[in-house]
Amino acid sequence: MIIKVLGPGCANCVNLERVTREALEQLGVEATVEKVTDFPTIVGYGVMSTPGLVVDEQLVLSGRVPTAAHVREILEPLVR
Amino acid sequence: MTLVERLRPTTPVLRVAALVGAAAVWFAAYELNRPLWDAVVFDLAGQDPESRLGSGIHFFLYDTVKIVLLLAGIIFVVTVLRSFMSVERTRALLGGRREGVGNVLAAALGVITPFCSCSAVPAFIGFLATGVPVGVTMSFLVASPLINEVAIALLLGLFGVGPTLLYVGAGLVIAIVSGLVLGRIRAERWIEPFVFETRLGGQLIDSTVRLTWDQRIQMGVEEVGTILRRIWPYLLVGIGLGAVIHGWAPEDFFATYAGPGNPAGVLVAVLIGVPLYSNAAGVLPLVEALHDKGLPMGTLLAFMMAVVALSLPEIILLRRVLRPPLIAAFVGVVALGIIAVGYLFNLVLG
Repeated sequence: MIIKVLGPGCANCVNLERVTREALEQLGVEATVEKVTDFPTIVGYGVMSTPGLVVDEQLVLSGRVPTAAHVREILEPLVR
Repeated sequence: MTLVERLRPTTPVLRVAALVGAAAVWFAAYELNRPLWDAVVFDLAGQDPESRLGSGIHFFLYDTVKIVLLLAGIIFVVTVLRSFMSVERTRALLGGRREGVGNVLAAALGVITPFCSCSAVPAFIGFLATGVPVGVTMSFLVASPLINEVAIALLLGLFGVGPTLLYVGAGLVIAIVSGLVLGRIRAERWIEPFVFETRLGGQLIDSTVRLTWDQRIQMGVEEVGTILRRIWPYLLVGIGLGAVIHGWAPEDFFATYAGPGNPAGVLVAVLIGVPLYSNAAGVLPLVEALHDKGLPMGTLLAFMMAVVALSLPEIILLRRVLRPPLIAAFVGVVALGIIAVGYLFNLVLG
């Protein structure tokens, strides 16, 4: 599973990466977490308000930092 | 589990009760603030209300509590209301609008759309990619930082409804006119070419749909924490400087140099304010103290707008999509607008 955190590197993106790693740990799932800071690529995923979260090339969330529990809810159906 | 998650009410009745309870505590704290510090500073500590030290300390303590309360209350309400808007919805509303109507709409949406300046570049590309004109996009990008909830909260609390409405109205006019001007100068030639080659791909996710009331309220609580954590150093420095001016600056010092008698006052205030990187929370305590010392409201509003609307970090971010001539035009037009508004207010109010 490849997870991408989209954002130019502001506080929100750092927070999103942190809660995503927390959620992965809680689920016990191994995944690669990458950062995407390049603007054309970010917009290419359809993101206009950062941060954004992409799971296996699919945009699942944008515009706010969710709780770890919320990220777990999003990831759960995708890992099974 | 966070505190918020543990305290989260489980039924609608409990949720309403919790909100009403929180509001009651807020009003009580706001009303008790002045008597509390009057008692502590003047009666308990025996400071003289007329002395510099006494009035300075009282100003600092009283203002800190008042401003934190105002910020917490207004940021919470604004965040919950804004959770019904999103940049995606704004873009959809602006798509296909002509200049003119589009600029007015973009400025208004800039006020109510939740937007962080770190999203300025993706939003800029996204707007242009779906055919929103450059000038209309600029109206949005000017209005969004210029008219912000922190400034509205503090103006409302420190100066009342009149100056707050003046600020919001002036901000809208500056955003609309700046966008109209920047739309007239064929700005496209100063936009990095990759912007026009980028396609808004994938499916857009609107982060605001299907949120429950509990989630919106939780977002409000979290936003209060986030903003207060971010701005408290600015706030303390601002209130500290305000207290020093309040207690120590000679009564006519500022009025002589930047008062109604000095025609260059607004110009100087804006020139100082543009490079100054702070936010409304740091500037308004200073503005309050300077107003007490006789500085005209127009000059002070212009100073505050210059500080919040144009910041170096945002300009550096925008440099990724805008070439230097357009950056210069952007800063120049907005600064001129703020100067004009400052003089107009001084004329009307003075």
